[in-house]
Order: sequence, then C-alpha cells, then structure tokens
Amino acid sequence: MTGPRLEMKNIRKDYFGNKVLKGINIAVEPGEVHAIVGENGAGKSTLMNILFGMPVIHSTGGFKGKILFNGKPAPSSSPEDAMALGIGMVHQEFMLLPGFTVMENIKLNREPTIPNIWSRFLGDKMKTLDIQKMRKDARASLEKLDLGIDEMLKVAGLPVGFMQFIEIARELDKDNLQLLVLDEPTAVLTEADADTLLETVKRLSKQGISVLFITHRLDEVLKISDKITVLRDGEQVATMKPEEATVGKLAELMVGRKIQAVTRKDKCETDMECPEPLLSIRNLHVEMPGEELHGVNLDVVPGEILGIGGLAGHGKIGIANGIMGLYPSTGEIVLNGKPVPLNNPIAALNSGMAFVSEDRRGIGLLLEDSIEMNIIVQAMQSQGKFLKKGIIQLMDFETSRRHTEKMIKDLDIRCTGPDQLTRRLSGGNQQKVCIAKALTLEPRVLFVSEPTRGIDVGAKRLVLNLLVELNRKAGVTIVMTSSELAELRSVCDRIAIIYKGRLEGILPPDDSNERFGLMMAGALTHHMKEVS
Amino acid sequence: MTADNRDQSKKLMLQEAEEITYKERIWKYYLRKNVVPIFFVVLCVFGGYYSGLSLPFLINEIITRMARNSFLVISLIIPILAGMGLNFGIVLGAMAGQFGYIATANFQMAGFSGFAVTTLISIPLSILFGWLTGKLFNQAKGKEMITGIILGFFANGIYQLICLYFMGNFIPIRIPTMLLSTGIGLRNTLDIKSMHYALDNLWKIRINIPGFIFPIIIPVFTLLAVAVLCLAIHFLIRTKLGQEFRAVGQNRHIAEVAGIKVDRTRVIAIIFSTVLAGIGQVIFLQNLGNINTYGSHVQVGTFAVAAILIGGASVSKATIGQALLGTLLFHTLFIVSPLAGKNLIGDAMIGEYFRVFVTYGVIGLALALHAWQARQKRR
Repeated sequence: MTGPRLEMKNIRKDYFGNKVLKGINIAVEPGEVHAIVGENGAGKSTLMNILFGMPVIHSTGGFKGKILFNGKPAPSSSPEDAMALGIGMVHQEFMLLPGFTVMENIKLNREPTIPNIWSRFLGDKMKTLDIQKMRKDARASLEKLDLGIDEMLKVAGLPVGFMQFIEIARELDKDNLQLLVLDEPTAVLTEADADTLLETVKRLSKQGISVLFITHRLDEVLKISDKITVLRDGEQVATMKPEEATVGKLAELMVGRKIQAVTRKDKCETDMECPEPLLSIRNLHVEMPGEELHGVNLDVVPGEILGIGGLAGHGKIGIANGIMGLYPSTGEIVLNGKPVPLNNPIAALNSGMAFVSEDRRGIGLLLEDSIEMNIIVQAMQSQGKFLKKGIIQLMDFETSRRHTEKMIKDLDIRCTGPDQLTRRLSGGNQQKVCIAKALTLEPRVLFVSEPTRGIDVGAKRLVLNLLVELNRKAGVTIVMTSSELAELRSVCDRIAIIYKGRLEGILPPDDSNERFGLMMAGALTHHMKEVS
Repeated sequence: MTADNRDQSKKLMLQEAEEITYKERIWKYYLRKNVVPIFFVVLCVFGGYYSGLSLPFLINEIITRMARNSFLVISLIIPILAGMGLNFGIVLGAMAGQFGYIATANFQMAGFSGFAVTTLISIPLSILFGWLTGKLFNQAKGKEMITGIILGFFANGIYQLICLYFMGNFIPIRIPTMLLSTGIGLRNTLDIKSMHYALDNLWKIRINIPGFIFPIIIPVFTLLAVAVLCLAIHFLIRTKLGQEFRAVGQNRHIAEVAGIKVDRTRVIAIIFSTVLAGIGQVIFLQNLGNINTYGSHVQVGTFAVAAILIGGASVSKATIGQALLGTLLFHTLFIVSPLAGKNLIGDAMIGEYFRVFVTYGVIGLALALHAWQARQKRR
C-alpha cells in the first residue's frame, strides 16, 4: 500500500462559536510515530475526538474537513466506525470499567461468544460469552506488552501504572489495528513506567502500526517520534522532523512567547533581617497518609514567598494541609500574634489564611459548578461575603458576578463566561480559578501546593508569574509547596527543605544545585542545624 | 536460651493475636456487608414469635406469597445491573398485565388457557410500555428512579382515564357486570374467579403435618415458573447482552466508546423489566382471584423495591439470591407484623397502620442503611 495511512485535511471545529480548530492538516505514514504537541486547550484532544467519531463532537454540531484512511474517505461518525477501520484509541482519562476484570476490559464489546439454542431465535446478543477464549486472547495481548498481570483480577484495585498498559493491550487485541492514538499516555505514569511505555510504542511502530502520540512532555517527543506537529490555540503552527527540533524550539512554538525566568531580587536576602514572623509554626505533627510530618518548626516572614521543597513522601505537602485543618494534626500555630486552632478548617480560613490545594479536582474545585460559584463559595461560607443583609441570608448575585468578572479579567481565566462549569476548563485555567477562590478570601498568608502539577509549559509560567505578582503588588505572603525545585528557585525568597517529616534546612534560591541535592537527601544535616 | 524461648513464645502470641484480629475483621466485614438482611431477619424472628401464628400456617403463607411475588421482585434486577437504579416503572408492566385480564375477562375465558392468553396479551403491551419508559429514562439519565416514580403516577392517570371513561364508551365491553351501573367505566373490583389459581392449581402438593389442621400446600408450577425465570436471568447475565448491561451499568461513557449502543441497551433493559413485571402481575392476580381495578397496580413498584432492598440489594448491585431473600423477608414481615403489633400493643387498628409503616419504613431504612454502609466502605 502506498500513500499515507491517515490523512486529515483542513479540519475545523467550533464549540458554540468558539473556534477550537482552525484548519489542521495531518498525514501519518504506516509505521510512523507522529507526535502532536500543544498546550492544554490547544485542540489536541478535540482533534482526536473528531478522528475517533466521539459523540461529543456530533452532539455539538459536527466538524468541517476531510478524513482519509488508507486513501479512502472515512465516515468517522461513531467510535464503532473508527474501530471498524482499525483505529484504536487510548484516552487521556482511563476508559476501564473498575468492576470488570482485566480480561473483561480487554475484550469489552468484542467478546468471543458461543451460540446456543436461544441465540438461534433471538439473535447474536443472546450468545453465551466464551470465557476461556476471552482469557486466552487477553493473556496473548498482555504478553505482547510483557505484562505479567493476572487477567482475572478486577481493575478496581490495580495501581495506576498498569491501567495504561491494559488500555494498550485492549487496543492490541483488535486484530485489524492499524493506527493507535495515545492521548497523553505518560501524564500519570512514573518515570520508569513512562520509559517502558515509550519502548512499547517504538516496538509497535516497528510492527507497522502507526501511532499518533499526544503529549506535552517535550523530551518524550524528541525521543520517540518520526514527525512532530505543534498546535497552538487551534492552529497548526508547525510540522517538523525531530532532528530539526529541540525542546526549547518546541516549547517556544507551543507557547508562542519566549519562556524566561522571572527576575527577582528586590527583597531582603534572608529572614535574618526581618525579625517579626507573620506566621510561626511550632512542633507541627500532621497525620497525612504518605506525607506525615513529625514536628516541624518554621517561621514565615511577612511579604515573602517561602518555598517548601523535598522529595515525595517526606511530608512537604503535609504542612499546608495540616495547618488548614484538612488532616489531623497537633502543634502550635501563631498567625500575627494570635494562636490559630488546628483541625478546624473554618477557623483557619477566618484567621486570614487561604489554601490552593494540590488536589485541584478533588478538593480545590466543585467541578460541577460554575466558575462564579467556585470563586465565591469559600468566602461566602466562611466570611459571609456576597450575602445580602437580612434575617434570611440570600446570595447577592450582583456583587458576586461583578467580583467574578473582575477575577476572570485580572487573572486572565480563559473561559466562555462566569457560568462555565469548571470541569470544562483546561488545567491551567482551573488552577487560576483555585487561586481566584483563595484570593477572594483576602488572605494574609496564601498556601499554594503544587500549583503547576498537570499544567502545560505556557500555563505554568502564567501561574507562577501570577503568584509573584500577587506577592509583589498585593503584598500577599505566600507559602508555596512544590516538587519541582527549579520552579521554587525561580520564584521563592527562601526555600525550606523537608526531609523525613522534619525541617532539614532553609536555603536561598540561588544556592548551588549540590547543596539542594544534598539537603533533599538528608545529607546536609551536619552542615546546618535548625535555621529558624 | 531462655531469652530465645521467651522471644519465640512472644512471637507466637503475637501471631495468634494477629490471627484473631484478622478473623474478627473478616467477621465484621461480613456483618457490615449484610447488615440490612441481618437486621430484617432479626425483625422477622421477633415478629414471628409475638404474632402467635403457628409455624405451618406461617410457612403456607410464605410459600403463597413467595410464589406470587417473586416474579415482580426479580423483574427489578436487570435495570439495576444496567445502572438504571430501582425501576419504579414496573407499575406500567403491572398495568399491562391488568389490561390483559380485562381483555380475557371480557371474552369470558377461563382456566389455564385464559391465564395463558392473558400473559400473551400482556407481553406486547409491556414491550410498548417498556419501550416508552426506556425512551423517557434515556432523557433523564441518572434520575431514573424519581422519573420512574412520577411516571407511575402519570401512567396511573392515563390508566384511570382509559378504565373509567374509555371502557364502555370507545372500548366495547361485553359483560355488563364489569361496568358501573351507568354503562361507562369499569367497576372498582373486577372478578376473575374463572382464572383463580389457574396456574397454582395445575399441580399442588399437599404435605400434612401431624398435629396441625392445615396441610402445607405447594403450588408447583408457579414456583417452577419462578425457578425458570431465575435460570433465565442467570443465563442472560452470561450472554453478550448481559455483559453489555453490566458495562453500561458501570460507566455509560466507557461503554459508548467501546462501541456499545448505550441508549438501546438501556431501553432493552427496561423492556425486559417491564415484560417480566407484566407477567409477574398476571401471576400475582391469578392467585388473588380478583382485581382492584384502580388499586392493584399502584403499589407494585414500592413493594417490589422494598423487598429487593431488604434482601441486601442496592441501587447499583443486585443478585437473584438477594431478590428471593428479600421477597421472603419482606412478606414474612408483612404477615407477622400486623398481628405482632396487635398482640404487643393491643389495638386492631394498629395492624393496618403497621403494614403501611413497614413498607415505607423499610424502604427508608434500607436506603439509609445502604448509605451508612457505603460511608463505612469509603473509610
């Protein structure tokens, strides 16, 4: 067969007048790994949904453009059509039924069946499932991936890393698989799992299967792809070979603006010059599963950005969660001279602290509610803002709408309006809503945990810039927890490192990599004792 | 050496303690998992003791009620598997069954053949009603239960219109005694004595128990029908269609992406349920021998739902065993609670109150216990 396996010509799509794809052209050769990169909200997922004929596309008015598969026009009006053509898709969110076994998931809707008396009269649907054959097939495709997992286990209890492979196994099980679409497959995987996955993808492409690989991890792209297409705001910015590309170039194309470090150094160098702490933490113990703290002493100076770093599992996330009353904790917290009770979220909020949680979708947002409701709800509940005066407290829609619109403008939240559900927003914009929610409380101290987790490069910068701006212009003291040291070093005034549930030390952001590395590994203890 | 020994014994003791806590945990797990049925078993035993009923009488009553009600309760299983919750829409199936009886009573049919024709008439009607219900439920995904309850009320209105105004007016009725004295509208009670026990009496086994007057009577064919239904459901779950029901029940979106026609599958599930409920109502009424024209169907949904919940099913999980156990417990409670209430409190009126109290109380309690259970599980 000559010619490309898949061609998508001049694909356009709008959601209610909002143009999300503006004429995309893609061609994928047999056995090619074609990477599509772009920020969240650039239109990658929409493009794949079109290719796969997802109902969400057709229920919102369809799309314009042409799709050719092996030179023939593809109808692509439903997932079934796409599957019949030999297109397999591994979706961004897991498409596995937790109550089914691995085998049942792999063979979902393609179960081998045995005819019986009833099926002769009542049709194929009444055929009995052939469990033995299902097991055998599932085993075979799992083995193609070198996955030694028991196919009779239920998916519900499996570790996240396995799920991606089960999804790929399911696609491999389709006999006619010609094109495999992977939508951000490595986003939830650990480094080691991600490497295995990339190797698997390479191996599949050698067998002649074309792969469309969607990601925003740029180093991966360079490692495995044969061709790279960059999308930005629904436009096709470039298509190139990996030899022509570098991480910097791709990032620049994706974001469309130069990435630069935030310049700083307009503050007191260390805490020594600022005598009176705004927030002092004494002997804080937090029982947060996986992130326990065993007695931390830390002072936060007014007007600073304090970074909290450390390796995963050493307790850095526990500090903010403990102080804000989300996990059982003991110790002493004094804010601005007044003690703050622990294990009491409302008291923590009322005392002038706000928290942007690391669990954005779980704790941070009411996903099924509007942006407006998300932004005001905390202030309304804890401080009685946005309520009309009277015996019966009613919500004041006017002020809340005005406030929301101001926040959307100030923080540049990209949305269709205050009424849009937060579930529909991209990661970066969701994070901005979380920050807006915290700011609405007008906090003295703002705790921010993992502000850039799951956000793409461009939005990361925006979120970090926003934090710095809040600190500089509005004078909000910020305590930022992050696993990415580079990020902490680019915005913080001081960085506290947590090791094994205790404060290991505090370093200035421009300290050497070596010292940071040593401290995070707990090896610098003999150099520095308690700093604060 | 002694220190070693002490260590060893200490270790053994620890191991033992661990084993005990493990066993305890398993025991607690099962207790927690089955808290709803266990509670009602206790209630039944307690009520049975205070009702003062003799055991053979009680067993007889239970067998009768199991035979006539199981079908209706089992009809709820498939929609639960398909993720549509408790199908209160089976009221429409019951109406289809009653329309069947109105037709056969009008044609003066009798005996088993009358029963069979009634069933045959009810099936196409049930399919139609089920199809409409399914279509409606697809417009109200995630709110099927409340939609089903309200649909039951609405359908009852149309049913009354047909029976009160159309019958004798547009729909000719041959038997004048079926109609009100005005010649329009059906009477409150419809006599189907000609088909009384049509299925039950095909083969009845009587077992005499020495020392008691009443023999235990087993309506073999009715129970056989229930058994066949159980086997059929068991078989259905293991077919391609059953797998689709379960997939749709777990996650509509994922099922859709896998190429399963979700809406269609859901409609099929409701049609199954409605047809079974229709047949169930036909079986139920042949045992009673008369139809309360405007009342027999009204509480079918509520009673069946109460029964399956008591059996330990939830809005998202149900088995045949739970349906049968639930029917058993619910109807045992139904038999004993009025008498127990009367004996304990000493008022005849309390009996009727107890029936109502038991049904709705049971649904509320079962739902609350399930919510509590779900919260325990999350911890």
